[in-house]
Amino acid sequence: MNGDGSLERLKRDGRIVVVGASLAGLRAAETMREKGFTGSLTMIGDEPYEPYDRPPLSKQVLLGKATADRTALPRRRDIDAKWRLGVPATGLDMAGRRVRLADGDEVEYDRLLIATGVRARPWPNEEEGALDGVFVLRTRDDGAALERSLAAGPRRVLVIGAGFTGSEIASACRERGLPVTVAERGNAPLVGALGGVIGEVAAEMHRTHEVDLRTGVMVTALEGDPSGRVRAAHLSDGATVEADVVVVSLGAQRNTEWLAGSGLGAGPRGIACDAGCRAFNIWGIVTDDIYVAGDVARSPHALFGYQFLSLEHWGNAVAQAETAAHNMLSEGMDRRPHVWVPAFWSSQFGVNIKSVGVPPMGTEILITQGSRDERRFAAVYGYQGRVIAAVTFDQCRWLPFYQHLIETTAPFPPQFATVDRRPEGHKALAADFPDPSVPTHGPTITLSGYSPADRKMTFTPARH
Amino acid sequence: MTQAILREIIDYANRADPYPLYEELRKTPVSQDSDGPYVISTYYEIHSLLHDPRISSDRRNLTPTTGDPLAQTEEDGETALPPSFLGLDPPEHDRLRRMTNRPFGPPHSPHRVHDMRGELKGIVSGLIDGIVAADGLDRIDLVDQFSYPFPVSVICRLLGVPPEDEPRFHVWADTLAASLDPDPDADPSQRHKGSQDTRMELGMYLAGLIEERRKNPGDDMLSHLATADTPDGTMTTMEILSTSALLLIAGHETTVNLITNGMLTLLRHPEVLQRLREDPGMAVPIVEELLRYEPPVQLLPQRSPLTEIEIGGVTIPKGASLWLILASGNRDPKRFDHPDRFDPDRGDIQHLGLGSGIHSCFGAPLARLEAQLALSELARRLENPQLLEDPPPYRQNAVLRGPRHLPISCDGIRP
Repeated sequence: MNGDGSLERLKRDGRIVVVGASLAGLRAAETMREKGFTGSLTMIGDEPYEPYDRPPLSKQVLLGKATADRTALPRRRDIDAKWRLGVPATGLDMAGRRVRLADGDEVEYDRLLIATGVRARPWPNEEEGALDGVFVLRTRDDGAALERSLAAGPRRVLVIGAGFTGSEIASACRERGLPVTVAERGNAPLVGALGGVIGEVAAEMHRTHEVDLRTGVMVTALEGDPSGRVRAAHLSDGATVEADVVVVSLGAQRNTEWLAGSGLGAGPRGIACDAGCRAFNIWGIVTDDIYVAGDVARSPHALFGYQFLSLEHWGNAVAQAETAAHNMLSEGMDRRPHVWVPAFWSSQFGVNIKSVGVPPMGTEILITQGSRDERRFAAVYGYQGRVIAAVTFDQCRWLPFYQHLIETTAPFPPQFATVDRRPEGHKALAADFPDPSVPTHGPTITLSGYSPADRKMTFTPARH
Repeated sequence: MTQAILREIIDYANRADPYPLYEELRKTPVSQDSDGPYVISTYYEIHSLLHDPRISSDRRNLTPTTGDPLAQTEEDGETALPPSFLGLDPPEHDRLRRMTNRPFGPPHSPHRVHDMRGELKGIVSGLIDGIVAADGLDRIDLVDQFSYPFPVSVICRLLGVPPEDEPRFHVWADTLAASLDPDPDADPSQRHKGSQDTRMELGMYLAGLIEERRKNPGDDMLSHLATADTPDGTMTTMEILSTSALLLIAGHETTVNLITNGMLTLLRHPEVLQRLREDPGMAVPIVEELLRYEPPVQLLPQRSPLTEIEIGGVTIPKGASLWLILASGNRDPKRFDHPDRFDPDRGDIQHLGLGSGIHSCFGAPLARLEAQLALSELARRLENPQLLEDPPPYRQNAVLRGPRHLPISCDGIRP
């Protein structure tokens, strides 16, 4: 590697394979071409479609304002790739540098990027999950199918899980005038991602929009009619909800099974990698030729105590893909770390919710601007005397300021005066995240590693 | 007062080309002479202050000093309207801006601006047709004959001013614009009185119109503001008055300069003008680059910290006056490659031309559309346009900067 020309050879006529033809895979491929990679590029994807955008699927698509087949991702540039779409990768031969495909083919690589993302966590009871009218929402096909069923005017929709996706689905149903019940295992919607103080605001939002919100309950069984159509759900509190559409919104699972036995450090929590996106093998030793990016990656973040974070965030997928692509075509000192500050947004019940940092790390929260009653506010999360995250409801223009506080490890609670500071913002509250020992569904941020705030490690859905 | 920086910014000698001065200023991102305002000249520092909740836009939070030459130009006296949302902080700002936005943009009125396209085109065509009818093509003053009357007509249509009253609006707008552009030789008390009288007349006129719209509402913005019952309540007549005065003044003077600066820049870059003539779609990136390269609002002089803050290594006390030099940030080489180059093909163009944060330009969608239509039509219809004076004579105003006249000639007007 030391000036022996191998990097130039790789850039000129190397073989790069990208497994995962979605946002991260596409942006990485574009970045590689932009950086002068002229060799062969193969894009492998299990879906038959070219890369498309997912955020609209739980928003405009469900409202019938856009169709699922019209959410193709805009291209930054031509990537001149061989596309292997509709063919999942089934295995990896690290020694032979080959990816095995479901159709029996093998593709050789000099550098491999894994961006296989996550898939919707299915209903744990397969038979119940297969009932007509039971949906998950992750892919374009899911979005189209669910939209069709909503357009048909069901008598009631049941959403299981009130994380971001579940809440957005409930919001879309209400906007379409459909009766909807939301069943959430935690004490409030969004509680896993934003804590109980904000969860309370979210619960109010559901209620004022006439969502039948049931918290602190689990759905124990789905019941079908003789024709195999779902008709009701049974809850742990003994209640029964009659619904002809059920949307299972219990978070996501990482697509790593195809790597089992390969020797790569991949598992249910994602693929561990260094801050430069280079994957670890099962010994924790970094590989030189395998990189990961997007939802499936799990990398240490210097700003958050080097915790391994896996983030299901649109912006993370883009930034990490760009870093991975850069590092794949760089050596030594030219490589750069992925130090993106976690950020995500949601739109539900007419409110724009945005967050930066890692809220579930926070133990305290302070409303710095606006008011929770008006559902327009900015709040910061504190962790060991520093600002670790922030969230805004319809106040996103202030967010860059709070991001700067996080990046500079500003002290918590912040004491300064702000415009629109109300009496409730003079005292920090307990952020009220669920006890991590109690399983919960659907946080969009998964903290892994040795943090007490990590819930995913302990949660495994029951398989029947 | 030994305020070299402020004097230079205000100095008319720098008006035609203030950019070398800004380049000098950027060597010290945050600077201050004696007890004057703190001048912020670099992109990232300006951007962060625009998003900083410790910074107030409400002048009542300013500590009065004698060192701020722009501090006394604002309306005062008993005829003054309450401050518009431009000069307020949340939550009042948010409430008024939200209510004003309801009849103007998404989510409640996503089509308002788009649906004005045909009407705007009609006004543009009429004005260009009028150029032929006027004094001939050897010497056209693009400001008086085109870029000045255009936005006034547009704001009248938007507010719902009856067409027969539009000429009166033009007179009021001219007088108010003149008061924003102080002539150093004129008697300030005279000028003050003139602008106060105009404000009064305009206010009376609008108050009458609001009353009339309450009885017979139409689909115009004034009707909506006068009759709307929103989750935020209803606007008082005084609030509607200060809001419409804001729309009139801010939405007008700035657009004049955007169009005039735009045409001047295009005439200085004939190859870009040619591209626009061949492809009207170029108007979109051209206007965006213009907002970076020659922004109509050069600086924001009216902010102050609610608490002591630190920016760019400088500690600024509570209540100090801040001048954010947007036009300087737009030419910061730390943010933009070759910032002094006019390049509509620039991909990365997050300029400060329309501000940023909660006070970012309310009328931006309309201003963009007006400028796009105006420039593409001028490019298409003027045959062989030539600049007769370069630089043209500028207005006195250092904040809302633009040529007072733009003398051009052309060989003919295409149909």
